[in-house]
Amino acid sequence: MDEVAIRVENISKDFLLPHEKVNSVKGLFTGITKVSNRKKEKQHALKNISFEINRGEFFGIVGRNGSGKSTLLKILANIYQPTSGKVYTKGKLVPFIELGVGFNPELSGRENVYLNGAMLGFSEKEVDAMYNSIVEFAELKRFMDQKLKNYSSGMQVRLAFSMAIRAQADILLIDEVLAVGDADFQRKCYDYFKKLKKDKKTVVFVSHDMAAVKEFCDKAILIENGTLISSGDSRMVADAYSNLFLEESNERDLNKLKSEKRIGDGTVVIKEVNLDKASYSDKDTTLDLTITVESRDDPSQLMVGFAVRNSEGLIIHSSHTWDFGIVLPQLTSGETLTTSWRLPNIYEDGLHTIDIYSQGSNHIVYDKIEDAISFRSKRLHRSGALVTVPVKVDIGKPKKTGSK
Amino acid sequence: MGYVWSLLRPLFLFAILYVIFGVFLKAKANIPHYPAYLLLGILLWNFFVEITSGSVAAIVGKGELIRKINFPKYVIILAVSLSAIINLLLNFIVFAIVMAVTHVSVSWHTLLVIPLIVELFILSLGMAFFLSALFVRFRDVTYIWEVIVQAGFYATPILYPISYVASFSQDVAKYMLLNPLAQIIQDARYVMVSPVTQTISDFWGGDKWIWVIPVGLSIAILVMGGAYFRNQSRFFAEDV
Repeated sequence: MDEVAIRVENISKDFLLPHEKVNSVKGLFTGITKVSNRKKEKQHALKNISFEINRGEFFGIVGRNGSGKSTLLKILANIYQPTSGKVYTKGKLVPFIELGVGFNPELSGRENVYLNGAMLGFSEKEVDAMYNSIVEFAELKRFMDQKLKNYSSGMQVRLAFSMAIRAQADILLIDEVLAVGDADFQRKCYDYFKKLKKDKKTVVFVSHDMAAVKEFCDKAILIENGTLISSGDSRMVADAYSNLFLEESNERDLNKLKSEKRIGDGTVVIKEVNLDKASYSDKDTTLDLTITVESRDDPSQLMVGFAVRNSEGLIIHSSHTWDFGIVLPQLTSGETLTTSWRLPNIYEDGLHTIDIYSQGSNHIVYDKIEDAISFRSKRLHRSGALVTVPVKVDIGKPKKTGSK
Repeated sequence: MGYVWSLLRPLFLFAILYVIFGVFLKAKANIPHYPAYLLLGILLWNFFVEITSGSVAAIVGKGELIRKINFPKYVIILAVSLSAIINLLLNFIVFAIVMAVTHVSVSWHTLLVIPLIVELFILSLGMAFFLSALFVRFRDVTYIWEVIVQAGFYATPILYPISYVASFSQDVAKYMLLNPLAQIIQDARYVMVSPVTQTISDFWGGDKWIWVIPVGLSIAILVMGGAYFRNQSRFFAEDV
């Protein structure tokens, strides 16, 4: 079990930036005068990455767009060569950088099955043997003689996927396969993952979907700007990933928020949001939230509210003033109003964010800020549930049952 | 469909050149079996061009694949070569008909063309490896190669007999035949069409060892082209 399937030692990868590159013979001559005094600029896609993946492990690689995940995956797949460092792999490795590699739109579905089969390392006979089950799984029986270019993208993906799951490999590299396809397709993907996990295959999985990473991966690494910044238990790494987007917002200036995080017509703007602490532990029973709004006009039927999201972005609860039947005083332009809220500390371990909004009648949004403020909840034990609500329990005395 | 055209293309080229050089410029007057002589030169030259020109952009053309899966890149070049070999075989059927029609005598000597084709294949493959790998780095190689092929066609005794060059300068003819392509075409004509054809050793005082130079050159091109390709193929995925 503890055998190492992939060992990565001090991998670095540099790319020469394209505008620095001479890419024609003509350029060799015309560029001669310029090249000499021009410094070469390098992009460091990966810097000194090391990790090990044991056999039978489901291993996640997470990171933001452009952090170097895909480059790393391509190095693992031996498509790119690292600038320095070494990769050892043990066993047959099949990469899924993309589904349906080598699909040719001019060929029929049937021909593409054989073509893609060859890419996955199957002989013609082997494809013959599994042809029917592939077609059945893809639900494309009637279309197999049609050219691939006439397939819908969903049909192509289905065909590619039912090919991919036949791959006989010891190590699978999967890059964002789940990003495509409808709910039904994603369910099939998850079923396939569960099967891989059951079969104790080694899987390297690149994804942005933290729920999937938490569910399937045993271990994970987080890459940021080409450096490995976190590795270990997948839940911990997934949380670290979520924090990348949130940590910066701990002390955020509401006026400097990105516009896409803020909507509303600005009749009543959110002026200030405060929490009494930045992190809460088991000892804290309550959180104190204050929201200050400022009127820029004469709003009608003002209400103020908030919604708390967990680290996966799910809203776990929300409240607003109308819930309590509170009618806020009529504000005139320039007036401010502070509302104070006391929330029970029901939050699971991890980072949480709060959306704040002010609304008028007919649900007109005056101002709404996503992730206006964040806090961390620290728990000794994780229940795995979304929240921990205070529950009262009474225990009766032991009694004998039956008539006698 | 593709094979029909691969047959017709050299035949059309042959017809045009035969009319211009054979009929109008009277080149056929002093060459026995000029149609077969000309056609054989064109077929062999075409084989070389098909492999090299077909390979130049082949690696970049398969870039989508190279960026997504790891496989031995030389397979792409071999695929191009394989289709060229099939075309050459088909063309040789046509050539056999021309030989029969023009009463070229056939003997066991004809089979000696096989090692010559092997030499030609080695040369073509070597160039193909070198050019296709170079094209990944320098995208104007196609244009340059186009010009070289055009020049090479006239620098090789395909249309005209080598004796024509020799009548101006014996030395130029001598060094022209060190070009493996010229040597191969002349030798092929010697073994297949007419034993009157002058081969490389005729110009170097009957020295048989002179063959070492063009054959060695072909092998050296394959070794160096292959080594360059192997070396560069590790970076194809990034550069295509």
